[in-house]
Amino acid sequence: MSGDVAQLAHDLRARRVSAAELVREALAAARRRADLNAFVTLLDDAAADAASQCADAALAAGTASPLAGIPFAHKDIFCTNGMRTTCASRMLENFVPPYDATVVERLRGAGAVAIGKANMDEFAMGSSNENSYFGPVRNPWDAARVPGGSSGGSAAAVAAGIVPFATGTDTGGSIRQPAAFCGITGLKPTYGRVSRFGMIAYASSLDCGGVLARSAADCAQVLAAIAGHDARDATSVARPVDDYVAALGGDVAGLRIGVARQYFGGGVDGGVAAIVHAMLREFEKLGARLVDVDLPNAALAIPAYYVIAPAEASSNLARYDGVRYGHRCADPTTLEDLYTRSRAEGFGAEVKRRILVGTYALSAGYYDAYYLRAQRARRLIAEDFARAFAEVDLVAGPTAPTVAFKLGEKSGDPLAMYAADVNTVAVNLAGLPAISIPAGFSDGQPVGLQLVAPAFAEARLLNASHRVQLATDWHLRKPAR
Amino acid sequence: MSGRPAWQPVIGLEIHTQLSTASKLFSGAPTAYGAEPNTQASLVDVALPGTLPVPNRAALEKAIRFGLAIGASIAPHSVFARKNYFYPDLPKGYQISQYELPVVSDGRMTVRVEDGRTIEVAIQRAHLEEDAGKSLHDAFHAASGIDLNRAGVPLLEIVSAPVLHSAAEAVAYMRTVHTLVRWLGICDGNMQEGSFRCDANVSVRPLGETRLGTRTEIKNVNSFRFVEKAIEYEIERQIRALENGETIVQETRLYDAAHHRTRPMRGKEDADDYRYFPDPDLPPLVVTEADIAAVAAAMPELPEARRRRYIETLGLSESDAQQLCADKPTSDYFEAMLALLPGAAKPAANWVLGELAAALNEAALAIEHTRIPAPMLAGLVARVRDGTISGKNAKDVFAAMWAGEGDADAIIAARGLRQISDDGAIQAAVEAVLGEFPGQVADYAAHPEKQEKLLQFFVGQVMKKTRGQANPQQLLAVLRDRLRAALDA
Repeated sequence: MSGDVAQLAHDLRARRVSAAELVREALAAARRRADLNAFVTLLDDAAADAASQCADAALAAGTASPLAGIPFAHKDIFCTNGMRTTCASRMLENFVPPYDATVVERLRGAGAVAIGKANMDEFAMGSSNENSYFGPVRNPWDAARVPGGSSGGSAAAVAAGIVPFATGTDTGGSIRQPAAFCGITGLKPTYGRVSRFGMIAYASSLDCGGVLARSAADCAQVLAAIAGHDARDATSVARPVDDYVAALGGDVAGLRIGVARQYFGGGVDGGVAAIVHAMLREFEKLGARLVDVDLPNAALAIPAYYVIAPAEASSNLARYDGVRYGHRCADPTTLEDLYTRSRAEGFGAEVKRRILVGTYALSAGYYDAYYLRAQRARRLIAEDFARAFAEVDLVAGPTAPTVAFKLGEKSGDPLAMYAADVNTVAVNLAGLPAISIPAGFSDGQPVGLQLVAPAFAEARLLNASHRVQLATDWHLRKPAR
Repeated sequence: MSGRPAWQPVIGLEIHTQLSTASKLFSGAPTAYGAEPNTQASLVDVALPGTLPVPNRAALEKAIRFGLAIGASIAPHSVFARKNYFYPDLPKGYQISQYELPVVSDGRMTVRVEDGRTIEVAIQRAHLEEDAGKSLHDAFHAASGIDLNRAGVPLLEIVSAPVLHSAAEAVAYMRTVHTLVRWLGICDGNMQEGSFRCDANVSVRPLGETRLGTRTEIKNVNSFRFVEKAIEYEIERQIRALENGETIVQETRLYDAAHHRTRPMRGKEDADDYRYFPDPDLPPLVVTEADIAAVAAAMPELPEARRRRYIETLGLSESDAQQLCADKPTSDYFEAMLALLPGAAKPAANWVLGELAAALNEAALAIEHTRIPAPMLAGLVARVRDGTISGKNAKDVFAAMWAGEGDADAIIAARGLRQISDDGAIQAAVEAVLGEFPGQVADYAAHPEKQEKLLQFFVGQVMKKTRGQANPQQLLAVLRDRLRAALDA
């Protein structure tokens, strides 16, 4: 599918194509690109036709909303009523939710048609999509490389042109990093802006639903549909939703962009840094001002994140016990046996590693040294951003320190894998909105620029990204094939 | 009882009260007792992936009500924490409770012990938490069932300081809490259904020692009698062990009601590590001054204040005041009578605690289901006070009212029980009786020592003649005057 959301919406209204045709086309593309392994589950044609009918009716009646009839993919972490939701885990291989996540409900309400469930790292734990029970996802730019994670299937499906957008979740970079690796735009909203209800929890205080698309303008359109207060999520924020689409028309002249020295630290590849600086000059050309900012506690982000996220995960994943739903071992002999074998068989290695780390961090005698210290570090990181935003409007840096790495390159070394999250996790710890936009190529692989904004300033983030995307074409580049 | 002066028992209670809210603490599922298994379990209660807890403000409001009633601090921010452990009836693998920052802390209660002493019991904290489900081990062959109807039901756990020193004190405290939570309308107090249950922490130490001894915890006792028995047994067991030179093992024990003893709970070798941490799904519960003021404005008069008012303002005896304030329905019944009978507290109390209590008891009815509403009983007392009927006849009228024959005035009219208070009519009856018994009149004059007895005889005869309707005080006065006149003559 060649068009972006804006183009397809236009075509639908001009009756050049029907929703049913678009959805069929997307499904065909998904099947054609089975080599990417971007999907865990695809809608069948009959269900697709049924789902498109409403949109076509609304389009015919002239009552359709901007996303009506647009095919897209849900990360397989969002519960979909009647369609299995696996979280890419053997534990939930056959789990069919009896309800829709709020994000699913809202996109359906907007008339968008989900063609299937995108592959991901198991329970959103990973940065390469190699931790899926259903196998790794391939990067559309280079099949030997990872698409990033954990929303790797979502990113690959958009980059390969299967769908114009996909939902994702971002706990430590899981939208932004795969967007960067796949050369697309990925938006992580402010914590609390998008409901977590029905989004299977990894680390509740960090998990954030968002969107991956070709452009910032498309992200604005999708965010407009999914953002807003939800009484079913106590951490969702009751605050009016800005008009993100209208805000795209704003100017960036005079915008102060903070360039964080720490985001160009030792681990950042020279080629990546050069491309990010070049992209920042594009902002300057538009009248934005680049200002050096200091985030002195940036180095605390990785250790803090890898205590807090596993701690919450160890508790969030306790419900998968083989008792009520999910994988249950064969012929359990005792309760202990039921628990032990169901969980040993149902969870993959990385999930087990994080459950163990998290359980340890919360244990009597270690809680203060790990969990409480990590929470203190989290506050320091949030204060860093608060200080920076007293001086600047946005903070910028490379989304990831390198371009997409090769499959298997880091899977044997969890710490090296964790280190790749260095520029993204701090944003989650501070609960801020951030976007990754395509900035160019290094060694033929896409590079992403990350922009971070103060809480609830998604409109500013999207507007700045949109203006630079009007002036550049990196986001329009597509992989061969 | 001889007692053992060498040892002092130290007891603290953790009382679990089920808050009477329509829906659960974190889901919209109903809380009604006795439904078919798993028919009152929502997606949240079953802990389906992706579901989230949303706090029920009604439960918070009830916790605040309790806090205000015991003069406690109400936390402006209280925090829900996760208590992590695996059990099949705990769907999420953790219980949402409050750990470091409970909503209620630092209160106290005045408790009257059976032996007449009054003690002050410090309440360390009261926190909100959700109940677990229920495992059904006998329902299926070679398998256990899980009923999640109870999972997520709101509880307020009330934790006393270890300041109770006998089973009697512990039970008196537990009863006082039981009265209070029902009085406040925050818990139905139904112990059979598990709405009010208790864990007791028991230790003993040499008298005069200030450090606490090693304690054991007796889990989940759900009757006053069992609590008393269990604590008594445990105190004796610990003293015997210590006197035999053994040490007490810190452990959880269960009360075995059939054998009146406690025994260690089976198979918990590992020390529990619940890995408490603040629940990231739930922001701190915020309670503003305005929230507290709103709850305070709706607070009923508390039992202790009411009891004091009954004694100090109404002049009731300690014992009457205590009995009237034993539960709110009784006290409210009395209040309703009082509103219609200003200045008649004592007779009103006598009727409530006397005839009415006896009738209710005999019919095994709670006062809420009484056959005589308070205004009707007040009407009867008013008729006694204004002299319309005698106290003796009033009991018959009460019985007729209980039998449903109508209000006091209707019964008095129907049965012709209106008291004769007309001096002339009473004098006529007295003259007639004295005329009928000249021998007794002569005896009265001749034998001063028989006068009291004979006076009663004449009263009896006049009452017989007037079918009990003569006003007794008036009758006595007329009789004395008439007989004195006869002696003088």
